[in-house]
Order: sequence, then C-alpha cells, then structure tokens
Amino acid sequence: MHAPDGFLNVGTAVATAAVSAGAIGLSLRHSRQELSDRQIPLAGLTAAFVFAAQMVNFPVAGGTSGHLLGGLLAAVLLGPATGCLVVATVVLLQALVFADGGLTAIGYNVLNMAVVTSFGGYAVFLAFRRLLPRSASGVVMAGGLAGGASVVLSAMTFSLEWLFGATAPVPFDTVFGAMVGVHTLIGLGEGLITAVTLSAVLAVRPDLVAGAADLPRAALAERGHWSARGALWAAVLTVAVVAAAVSQLASSSPDGLERVAGDQGIEGSSDAPSTAAHSVFADYATRGIDNEQLSLALAGLTGAVLAGAVGTGVLASARRGRLAGGATT
Amino acid sequence: MTTDLPPGDAPPSAGPGTAAAISVEGLRYSYPDGSVALRGVSLRLDPGERVALLGPNGAGKTTLALHLNGILAVQEGAVTAGGLEVTEANLAEIRRRVQLVFADADDQLFMPTAAQDVAFGPANLGLRGPDLEARVAASLEAVGAGHLAGRTPHHLSTGEKRRVALATALAMDPDVLVLDEPTAGLDPRGQRELIALLRTLSPTLLVITHDLGLALALCPRTVIIDDGTTCADGPTRVLLADDELLARHQLALPYGFDRTALSAEPVEPA
Amino acid sequence: MSGGHRPPVAGGVATGAGPIQRLPAEVKVAAAVAFVLVVAVTPRGALAVLAVQGVAIMGVVALARLPLGFVARRLAVVAPFLVAAALTAVVAGGPRIDVGPLSLSEPGLRAGVAVAAKTLIGALTSIAVAGTTPIPDLLAGLGRLGLPRPLVTLAGFTLRYLDLVADGLTRRRRAMTARGYRPRRLTQAGPLAASLGTMFVHTYERGERVHAAMLSRGFTGAMPEITVHPRPRAAQWATAALLPMVAAAALAVAWAGPGLA
Repeated sequence: MHAPDGFLNVGTAVATAAVSAGAIGLSLRHSRQELSDRQIPLAGLTAAFVFAAQMVNFPVAGGTSGHLLGGLLAAVLLGPATGCLVVATVVLLQALVFADGGLTAIGYNVLNMAVVTSFGGYAVFLAFRRLLPRSASGVVMAGGLAGGASVVLSAMTFSLEWLFGATAPVPFDTVFGAMVGVHTLIGLGEGLITAVTLSAVLAVRPDLVAGAADLPRAALAERGHWSARGALWAAVLTVAVVAAAVSQLASSSPDGLERVAGDQGIEGSSDAPSTAAHSVFADYATRGIDNEQLSLALAGLTGAVLAGAVGTGVLASARRGRLAGGATT
Repeated sequence: MTTDLPPGDAPPSAGPGTAAAISVEGLRYSYPDGSVALRGVSLRLDPGERVALLGPNGAGKTTLALHLNGILAVQEGAVTAGGLEVTEANLAEIRRRVQLVFADADDQLFMPTAAQDVAFGPANLGLRGPDLEARVAASLEAVGAGHLAGRTPHHLSTGEKRRVALATALAMDPDVLVLDEPTAGLDPRGQRELIALLRTLSPTLLVITHDLGLALALCPRTVIIDDGTTCADGPTRVLLADDELLARHQLALPYGFDRTALSAEPVEPA
Repeated sequence: MSGGHRPPVAGGVATGAGPIQRLPAEVKVAAAVAFVLVVAVTPRGALAVLAVQGVAIMGVVALARLPLGFVARRLAVVAPFLVAAALTAVVAGGPRIDVGPLSLSEPGLRAGVAVAAKTLIGALTSIAVAGTTPIPDLLAGLGRLGLPRPLVTLAGFTLRYLDLVADGLTRRRRAMTARGYRPRRLTQAGPLAASLGTMFVHTYERGERVHAAMLSRGFTGAMPEITVHPRPRAAQWATAALLPMVAAAALAVAWAGPGLA
C-alpha cells in the first residue's frame, strides 16, 4: 500500500498532494483544539506506537503474515484528526527514511493510508456505534468493523486514483476488483487486530479511547455477551458476499478485451505525456459501451462513498475540536 | 558550578527573614480516580540545604515533587518557591526557579540531540544565539557530558542519560533541584560518580530516593514520608540509625551496610 | 499492503562525509522531488531518456559512496511493486507479443518496463537522500521547505521514541514466546493484539510524562527556536539542481529530436 513513484501520473500525484496537505492542515488545527499543548508529545509518541505496531508480524494462516495499518485504530483512540496526523507522520517517515513509498507518491499514500482510513473509517465507526449497544463491547465491535472497512475504503481510493492517473493500460475495473477484493480480506485482519487492541485499552484505561468518551463509566465496565466466533463468522460472510460481487467486475469479458486490443494499438504508440483526461477517455472509450456505463457508475459510486465517509469524518472531527476548544480555557 | 561548602555538612542556617527555597504547608491531593495521595504534608527547605526524601513506594513522594513546579495544581494547602506562590499565573517564573529531574531520563530527553535537549529549557526562557550556546556548553560541562552534545539520546547509556537529563535542568539556572531516584538503575561506579557530581552543585537539593547510601553521602537532613504524610524530619545519620523507624516505614539499610558509618563523620565516596 | 518494515530507524542511515553529505537537507530534498517529478513526466515510450535518468541517479548514489548492502536492502522494499509492474505485461490488454514461452501484452510490457524504471529511480533517489542526511536534519529541512512546524517536531519525537517502543514490543513478544505462545493463525493472535493495547497505554502515559517534562522546562505550546540554520548558498542550490536539470535536459532533447521511441 506504500505505493512507490511511477504507478500514478504526475497530475494525480500533485492533486492528491494538495488534498492531503489540506487534510493535514485541518487535522493539525482540530487536533490542537482537542489536545492543546499536549498535541505534540501525545501525537508524536502515538505515531511511534503505530510505526512500531506496523512492524509486528501477525500470523494469518499457513505461514503467511499480515500487518496492522492502524489508521482507524488511531482515530478511535485519539480522535480522527489526531489519528490522521499520526498515520500521516508514519507514512512520511517511512517514505523519507526507508524509501517505503515514493517521494512523489506521498500525496496519495498519505491520502489513502491516513486521511481516508482515519476520517472515512471514523465515519463508519460512528455509524456502527449508533447501531450497536452502548457498551464497551459495542465500541470494540464498531472499531473492528470500521477497521476492516477503513482498509477497503483505502483500496477504493487507490482504484479511483488509478482511474485518473494510471500509468499502465490496466482498466479501472480490474484494479478496483483486485484491490478491493484483496483488501477486503486484509480488512478482516485489520478489523480483528483493531478490535482486540481496543478491547485491551478499554480494559486498562478506558479514558484513553476517544471513541468511547460518550459512555458513562458503568457502561464501560459492562462486558457484552457477543461471541468472538460469531462476530468472525459474520465478518467472513460479509467478506464473501462483497468479494463475489466485486469479482464480477474484475473479470474482463472477451468482448471488452477485443475492443481494448483494437484501440490500444493506437494508444500504445502515441507517446504524448499522459494526462488525466487522456487516461480516462482512452481507457473508457476503448472499453466497450456495455461495460463503460457500468464502470463509470462504479467509479461514481466509489467517489460518492469516499467523499461521504471522509466528509462525515471531517465534520465529526470539527465538532470534537469545537467541543474541546470550548471546554478548555 | 562548584560550591565552597564542605560536602555533607549542613549550610549555615538561614536567618528568619530569608524566604524558604521551598515551603509546603498542609498539602493535600487526591487523584481523579479518588485515591488520596497526600494527606497534609508540610515541609520547608532553606536555600542551600540538601534534603533526602525517603519513603515506601506509593507514599506520595513523586506526587509531592510534581507540586513543586506546578505540574500538579494545588488542591488544598500552599506551596511556595523562594517566597513565590505556585499558582498558574506564576508558573513561568516557578519553572525557572524549580527544576525536576525525573526518574526516567527518557521522559526528559525528547529532542534529536543532547545539545538540543539542554537548549530547550533556556530557549523557552528566551535565550538565543551565542548566549544559548554558551549556556548549553556550560551545563553539559558541569555534568561532565560535553562530549555528548551531538549524540542522540537513544544511544546513550543509563548513566550518560542521567547526566544529560541533569544538564537539561541545570541549564535553567534553577534555585532548587528536585531529583527523583537519581541513582536507580546505575551500577555502583555510576552511583559513586553521580553522587560526586551532585556534591558539586549549588542549587538547593531535594533528593527522592530509595538509595539510603546516597542519602547518607549527600544529604545532611532527611524527611520520611509515608501514606501521604510527613513522618520524620531530622539529621540523616540519626534517622538512619533508628531501626524501628526504618522498619515502620518499610525502609531498610542496604544488606551488609556498615553501621559504624552512621556514627562517624561523613566520608567522601571513593 | 506492504510487508513488515525495517527494524529500528537508528541503524544504517546517513553514512559518510562526501560532497553530497555536505549539501543542506532542504537543498537535497527539493532537488530530489524535482528530479523524480521530471522522471514521472517522462513518457512511457521514452526508454532512452529513462535510461539516462537512471544513470544520473546511480551516479549520485556512487558519488555518495553509499554501501552497496545498504542500497540493496532499501531497494528490496520496492520488489513487490516491480513484480506488479511485470504483471501488467501479462494482465493488460492490447496486441500480444511473444517473449519466450509467455504471451505478453505489448503496450503492457512497455508500460511495465517504464513503471519499473521509474519506481527504481524513485527509490534510488529516496535512498540517496536518506543515506546522506541525518534524519533530524532531514526533518528540519522539510520544515524550512514548508512542512508545518508542529508536524516537524512531532515527527522528531516519533523517531526519538520509535526504538524504545519497538524494543518494548519485542520484549513483550519474547516474554510471550518464552511462555509457549506460538500463534499460527489469526484467531490465535488475540494475545498479540492485546499486547499492542497495553503497549499503547504505556506509550500514551510516556507521552504524558514527556509533556510534563516539557512543561517543567518552560514549554507553553510552541516549540522554541533552538538552532539557527544558515541559509543554503546559491552555489549549493545550483549543485543540487544539476540532477533534475540533467533529467529535464534528456527529456527535452528527446522531445526536440526525431520523435520519442
């Protein structure tokens, strides 16, 4: 997910960098309102925690291992603004120090891994909080589900970026299908790890979980009777349904391929620098009418979902900042 | 920063008109979860004194220390430093006068290099440029850490971190230094070196410690705190010779400690 | 999702004392970003240009005398993406060509090669900067280039405490392993995640103590100006600018020439 240089074009790099810069500026402000002069040490230390946590090898199955991304976890623990700041710092440091993520890719890496997971994921978290019981277990489950969703949102964002800034003739549908499909599975891991981590923090210092701040102490003490296994089965089922739906898009129909073949011949030999408009229309005009509308609809839906989620998260963050700013003198 | 006082002796007693370096009266404090940490502590340190603060874990020693520079706000009672009351309005000046050296040096060294850590405090006081550099250099030299200026705190040994942490406090040119467990985690040689270093310092010292040898070597006077109150206050040699007092407050002389040292004149550590 | 990241930050960064090392951080970062942007704008088909750009950055890496092992280890991070770039040759549409036993997409192959080249060049550029600049200087340089001050300080704290936190996690893991914990499946990873939870609490509490230490030394919310860094000389900017200029020149030559191929 730490995309290197070269996978998306310059226009996308610059545009996402601008969006990310705006989001970071916003995050700095809201976070400052919430934490006041504790912002720098607390966010700095938490970023060290997330950085180190990302290095932990979690066994998945059969020898493979996975890792925590931690954007949503940070958001639930410290609020979405600080969460975004924390993960953005980690992403920035990884790019600078480890060449993990290209220098020109920082814009979309921060957007995908910090902004969308923290703000967008937090919106999902709030939605699930409303549906689930108002208890520690409710917070844990909401956190787990939102954690999984945050990773999918991240993949969706990358796919959308690919739509506008692809540097290789792989269609949006294919990328969407592959990315979202894989990340739905990864989301399972992220969600589980997030849930258990939240549970552990709630057990020791519930006051450190911003996402549970609305709960009175009694509600926090009560441990629900949901079963971990039941939750896991529910999650697996959801994933299976999503993956099946998404895989329909990933498979390109033979007709589509022939169309692409015919027109790609033209596109392949033209070596003008690819611009955003060129990519969109080149890839879509060549895709075949029947798929084009579906693809565009999917892209539109993806964009709407992301904008809605991130927007909701930002609004929630602003509200947190206003409340905190009012409370502290 | 040397002192002309002979080591281990009490300074000439300050006149009645002199403001106390530290004055605590009837201090009470409860944590947010309801646990009571201090139940009315009173303490007075005169300028130049060196006092050891002993007591079992959980007695309230660190809680008391955190009041002295205003990290914890006074709930009940009064705390003054050099005659100035510790209130929110006075915090800036209080923090110039009273410096805390925490038990965990890693909490205190948060900048990329030791020199920047030492500079942090005086820079907050407004020092810049050559003045700032001079203050940093002097503070590091005073603790024997001049060669560590450009080093990253993470790469320093425990003893080196302790020295640099001390330098960060000294850089504020404080009147009072409160040290929380300064010798914890140091090997015997490190302990001796630190004690020798502390003896050269001129600010008033309040040393929180479990290290009774340190108390004996450095502080003529000892205060024992237990369960949030002051239980004993007197010459170190007298208190440490009182086995029953020590036992009552879960203190114990180091195993194999030579008791004759308690009745003899203070000895310079090797 | 990328795999596990490197062990502690402290090791293996900023070695040597050559001309590259002497350039100020902000100069290097600005030049690096400009260079990679030029490389990014280079069209897929212009493989000759990419080659020239590749040689240029390899020259910088050589001039910096970075140890080969260091460079290779850092390059390993982009290996999965090189694989992905290779896969586009297989997955993309368009006319096929046969390369040995494989039937590859021709435009996919061109794109794949170009993307792989750009990825490698980008990675080498980052490595060149990171390998010749102490990280605190790097962060300070970014601050002078416009990164918000609180973020620069925050990132500094992150680096400062990263090794401590990572060590803490390692110790916990070791203690758990010593008591027979060997998780093989995600459903057995509960204790591991729980240890993350307690680690967060410890880290947060340390953050509170650091805050108290900052307050004790007079912190009132804004970081004080500690080091005054001299502005980079024009000559230093010019030296660093050579890299992106070479890249741009190669691109311009190819554009002006008979046509990119």
